Amino acid sequence: MDKVISSVDEAIADIPDGAVIAIPGFFTCGVPRALLQALIRKGTKNLTLACGCGPLLGAAEEMRALVKNRQVKKVIDSYALYRSATKGMQDPFEQAVRAGEIELEVYPMGTMAEKYRAAGAGIPAFYTPTGVGSVVEETVVTNIEANRAPKETRIINGRKYILEYALKPDYAFVHALIGDREGNLRYAKTARNFNHVMATAARVTIAEVENLVEIGELDGDDVHTPGVYVHRVVKVERPRFAITID
Amino acid sequence: MAKKLKGLSRELIALRVANELEDGTYVNLGIGIPTLISDWIAGRDIILQSEIGMLKTGPLATGDEVDQDLINASCQAVTALPGSCYFDIVESFAMIRGGHIDVAVMGALQINDRGDYAGWSNPARGLFVGNIGGSMDLCAGARKLFIAMEHTTREGEYKIVKKLTYPATAIGKVNKLFTDLAVIDITPQGMVLREVAPGLTPEDVQSVTEPRLIISPDVREMAL
Repeated sequence: MDKVISSVDEAIADIPDGAVIAIPGFFTCGVPRALLQALIRKGTKNLTLACGCGPLLGAAEEMRALVKNRQVKKVIDSYALYRSATKGMQDPFEQAVRAGEIELEVYPMGTMAEKYRAAGAGIPAFYTPTGVGSVVEETVVTNIEANRAPKETRIINGRKYILEYALKPDYAFVHALIGDREGNLRYAKTARNFNHVMATAARVTIAEVENLVEIGELDGDDVHTPGVYVHRVVKVERPRFAITID
Repeated sequence: MAKKLKGLSRELIALRVANELEDGTYVNLGIGIPTLISDWIAGRDIILQSEIGMLKTGPLATGDEVDQDLINASCQAVTALPGSCYFDIVESFAMIRGGHIDVAVMGALQINDRGDYAGWSNPARGLFVGNIGGSMDLCAGARKLFIAMEHTTREGEYKIVKKLTYPATAIGKVNKLFTDLAVIDITPQGMVLREVAPGLTPEDVQSVTEPRLIISPDVREMAL
């Protein structure tokens, strides 16, 4: 099998308006920057960007462009806002959230991780203790009041748990250090973060890789994401990030 | 009340927490004062877990050590140590939620005498949404939860309150509170004042604390 596509633009060419796309990365680390840039060039609208921990703060330039082009309908994340309230007030994304033009739905980070894991593993929902006693237990936490649906809870062995649902994106963009032609992937250090689990969750996973190798060159013991989860592989230059979200 | 007492620097609050951590434990440090604790535990037998997906997080990276693929959960470039390992986010939160982390140290905006605390959303920002990050998972799963924070706001208003007015991160989970002015245990009876900063009396600490403190019979000056 050969899953290699020659350019990021070609790799995302079929993404329709309204798609739900998983964006991994933990702030500036492990973000699929080249695929995000292709998405800006393509101009796809009404997107839902399903994140985990602030990749759009890490790829701030790309996020500003996506917001400016009015491509984003909704963001799902655990940490999507600038820490500084002053900086947040000047941020076009936060301004759009305040105006209700973009929806921001938030969950605890471990719940985000498990929502993708469940989707990839064929589990429709799960009970978690995380968030019990907070507003996360009472309702879906979103800036759009009409979408604040109540959550179910259940006592199991004397402890309270919240029912949370799997999140199955249409596409996942992932960033790997090495990929082979069949889509086996290996990540670098803490850049792994949400990449693997998002690859398992999406209907179509597109991997941008810094190093493309031939089949057999990536040792089976070194594979972090088995190729079965990866549908398209595209070689990119190593992105450059200033390590800050302030 | 609007009163500000002079106490420890943020670095010394971090040192006081570091002295409380036991060797042989796995510890997760939150954003703010807690991240400063890592400066005080070099050479100790304490393993830091970073929720981004790393065990045995090393000191902050400088110069040529900086690697954009190696950061901590506060978005700072860090180094690895012999025996450091990496894993994905599902594994990281299984570790946290599953009760494998001995101590989590977090910052807070408000805390009450029942061990409830607020830290994920500041209502002054005027948004229903906020940054939860890994805080609620750590509260749900860490065996012990410590809070390290300034005793009052910059304006001298209470942060240790009778009733939270900010949205709660967790209910009844905090075991111990470290501030620039005091070390306080959260017990079923309420807040027990164990230590005061050099030069302060228990009455001084009470004057900037809204709930009534139980003064420990052996209350003493903070050991630094």
